[in-house]
Amino acid sequence: MIWDKQAECMRIKERQALQLERLKAIVRRAYKNVPYYKKRFDELKIKPSDIKNLSDIRKLPFTTKTDLREGYPFGLFAVPRKEIVEVHTSSGTTGKPTVSGYTRKDIEIWGEVVARALTMCGATKDDIIQNGYGYGLFTGGLGIHYGAQRIGATVVPVSAGQTKRHLDIMQDFGSTILTCTPSYALYLTEAVAEAGINIKKLKLKAGCFGAEMWTDRMRDEIEKRFHLLALNIYGLTEIIGPGVAQECEQKNGLHIFEDHFYPEVVSPDTLEPLPDGEKGELVLTTLTRDGMPMIRFRTRDITALRREPCKCGRTLVRMDRITGRTDDMLKIRGVLIFPYQIEKALLEVKGVEPHYQIIVTRPQHLDEIEVQVETSKKLFSDEIKGLEEIRKKIEKHIENSIGLRVKVTLVEPKTLPRSEGKAKRVIDKRQL
Amino acid sequence: MEVKQISLFLENKKGRLWEALNVLAKAKINIRALSIADTSDFGILRLIVPEPEKAKKALEKNNFTVRENDVIAVGVSDKPGGLAEILKILTDADINVEYMYAFVEKSGQKAIVVLRTDSISKGKKALKQAGVTVLSAQQVYSL
Repeated sequence: MIWDKQAECMRIKERQALQLERLKAIVRRAYKNVPYYKKRFDELKIKPSDIKNLSDIRKLPFTTKTDLREGYPFGLFAVPRKEIVEVHTSSGTTGKPTVSGYTRKDIEIWGEVVARALTMCGATKDDIIQNGYGYGLFTGGLGIHYGAQRIGATVVPVSAGQTKRHLDIMQDFGSTILTCTPSYALYLTEAVAEAGINIKKLKLKAGCFGAEMWTDRMRDEIEKRFHLLALNIYGLTEIIGPGVAQECEQKNGLHIFEDHFYPEVVSPDTLEPLPDGEKGELVLTTLTRDGMPMIRFRTRDITALRREPCKCGRTLVRMDRITGRTDDMLKIRGVLIFPYQIEKALLEVKGVEPHYQIIVTRPQHLDEIEVQVETSKKLFSDEIKGLEEIRKKIEKHIENSIGLRVKVTLVEPKTLPRSEGKAKRVIDKRQL
Repeated sequence: MEVKQISLFLENKKGRLWEALNVLAKAKINIRALSIADTSDFGILRLIVPEPEKAKKALEKNNFTVRENDVIAVGVSDKPGGLAEILKILTDADINVEYMYAFVEKSGQKAIVVLRTDSISKGKKALKQAGVTVLSAQQVYSL
């Protein structure tokens, strides 16, 4: 099902014309109303009138999280503060949080794009959406909420955590769609099994999972354990929140709602635009946002764009599942590694549970990676020999995949931290 | 019925062994025999208990990774050379011992040896043929 056929299946030429018109308008507005943009444009001697084609976007300066921090809290708003009806902030784990402001129209657009996303997961008015994203400053909870209300589905705002409540509601209300982070979904599958709940009695048919990186292997696991269709949603606070892009049932990438968010992929080194299909850093420009226009925001997320037609009928460009973050990149003995690569290799070993932690140390001037893996029932053996073999097998497999030796340690089940938000997979203990 | 052994994975962390045994104590499970195999990072605790199923459930409920498997229990006369005799039988039959541990029964007449051979049925057969007393599960659990 398609929420807004007109927008999502629009002829490409027609959409490009719409994008150009919107790009021109937002650049004009940013230049006129936000001193930060005016200053940056002037430094590069660019005028809004220089935007004549979509490709002229390359002339514009990038915006980074640091720029947003410098404008903290309201410096990047393009409307008087009284026009802003809601604010959200990023988690602020790496410094001062970044603030995102929305006008009433922005909130409406947000609801609209999330409605498209939830519809891709099969949501209709008839559905009960159990929302396990955190409500509050985090955009996940309210973003999904607005989308669900737009559709007219019944939304249950459980928020993150409260596992017991989630289990009760899932059973008693007969929720049909679950929305939360994939690691929490996985955690819930364990809790369901532990509570002895019969999966067949649950009515869940789909899950809209995102807000952190995950793999196809994790998807398979969640789908198998929960008997539902697990689809990937993407978004970020600085741009709007969830609802920038969503995977359709074809599972071949996430459709970017490019009539609202203009995507580019650039090389993280040179910042030069990359051709479609090549992996690089995703850069997004908001085309319709009034409260806080974002011009060429560097997301730090690594992906590639694909424009081959999708069987679902949408003409929207697709992006690959996020496979890393430029600021997550680990440089181990001079080699660039994404935690995702280790996870992928790890999960290819039979019996390995998707619960792990990567610890990077530098004991004697040489980087070492330790991968802690929970010992599942399938892995456990009553013989030391058997356990050592499994450990070595995992080590070997990771080494073959990433080209680096790692030390694998088996730890007891359920001892690695489970996250209710974003899973912390990497602990870098190196003192650099 | 074969003699069942419960084995569990223990991280090499302070207090972990106590926690495992405490679970069994709370479940009122008596331990007949135990052994610990250890490496620098982890250990395996192996136990013979009268109610293996109950012990397994209690431990699993407390997040331990547990496995149940068959072992052979034999009675060995408590005198020099008693154990050597048993191992000779297995060596002659070309049967590999993965691990073993022993305990002395309360009366002190006999030592009980728990053996894990690569093939339990072959090990049992070889021992029985050589006239060794292979104990039944019932006999071991009620010691």
